[in-house]
Amino acid sequence: MSRILIINIVRFLVLITMQVFLFKNMGYYNLATPYPYVLFLLMLPLGLPKWLLFSISFLTGLTVDAFYDTLGVNAAACVAFAALRTTFISITVQLDNHETFATPSISEMSFRWFFIYSTVLVFSHHFVLALLEAFTFSSFHYTLIRIVLSCIFTVLLILLFSLMFYQKNRR
Amino acid sequence: MRNLWVFISKYNNFFLFILFFSISFAFIIKNNSFQRASTFNSSNILVGSIYQQIDDFTQYLNLKQTNKYLSEENAYLRSQLKTSKYNKLIEQDSVLDSLGQTQYTYIVSRVISNSIHQKNNYLTINRGSEEGIEKGMGVISSHGIVGIVLNVSTHFATIQSLLHADTRVSASLANSNAFGSLVWGTENYDSRKAILKDIPNHVKVKPGEEVVTSGYSLFPPGIAIGKVVKTGKSGDSFLDIEIRLNNDFNSLQYVYVINDKFAKEKQQLEKDTIANNE
Repeated sequence: MSRILIINIVRFLVLITMQVFLFKNMGYYNLATPYPYVLFLLMLPLGLPKWLLFSISFLTGLTVDAFYDTLGVNAAACVAFAALRTTFISITVQLDNHETFATPSISEMSFRWFFIYSTVLVFSHHFVLALLEAFTFSSFHYTLIRIVLSCIFTVLLILLFSLMFYQKNRR
Repeated sequence: MRNLWVFISKYNNFFLFILFFSISFAFIIKNNSFQRASTFNSSNILVGSIYQQIDDFTQYLNLKQTNKYLSEENAYLRSQLKTSKYNKLIEQDSVLDSLGQTQYTYIVSRVISNSIHQKNNYLTINRGSEEGIEKGMGVISSHGIVGIVLNVSTHFATIQSLLHADTRVSASLANSNAFGSLVWGTENYDSRKAILKDIPNHVKVKPGEEVVTSGYSLFPPGIAIGKVVKTGKSGDSFLDIEIRLNNDFNSLQYVYVINDKFAKEKQQLEKDTIANNE
């Protein structure tokens, strides 16, 4: 229990640091900008109470916003992300009581499940983010290209990270 | 009443979403209403000092480039010295120098955070109100315009970059003096290009022609901004001119904040004129 807490805190610090100092400066013009810090939200324990999940997502978004000078944009995207996450998990996973602190990762679940899970959620995050950033529906085709390319970039980074820490498994 | 609670707890996912999403949305709206970004931006002391720490490490990586720019600028300044010019006048004593007073002074500062990949880009510099920086001052580098000061704290300031959808700078063509406004971000997302709008159709524009500041806005007249790449027609009577910027925003290190001695007087006068006419 306390081990999971510590792992999550460390993951938060590392991912946010990398996001604001490294990935902020990466990109293909501004068509594809990666936001791999969502990996932290992806890997929060499965049975987290909803209010806690939403609060954590909101605060994570605010932290990133403080560094990006875009107050509220990432926060809103993270909240949308959290809403879809609870829905997705309640549809695809049967939770037993003793499993509430299990981490949704490649080793706990399967590669296929994790891939779909991350793609769907990252897409929702980027969709809200790009729309709020543009704040208009004109030149929607451009926003859409931006969403799709950023999404591919982020998912690749996320898979790379999670394969780096892949452990052969308990289940 | 009890039924209401049951209803809310049954659909708590949805209600939590609405609650947090509307908070974020309120933040965004507040932030967008021009220049009201207050506590949560990078001129904040905490975030600013973290950026400063990181910059202390990264500045070594760019030393070579910076040295090159500095030496180029030194060479340029040296060419402006009196000793490097020859004088055609024979009676030097009788020449009255009326240029003794300066209108613009410059505050040099380091860029400690920068972005070019966002839709609206900002910079942070390591000078603040203590060094005399105020909201709305213009910022240039040795290669052209950088932006406008947006927020100031005691030791840091944020700059709304030229690469921002809301930034407009008055610029003119060097040969013909026709002026228009320089914008970035409309149908153009390359950090090395900008568009000069509102130049009348009858003006002849050649590719390679120099574009300079007009002196109508915050910047002194005659600062080189970039070169014309190509011209295109936008409406019936105006041209959209694509410009390659001299400034490489990716490797900005030192910038100069312009302190215009007469800025306040000029703004006040212009405001009074408009008020009188209404």
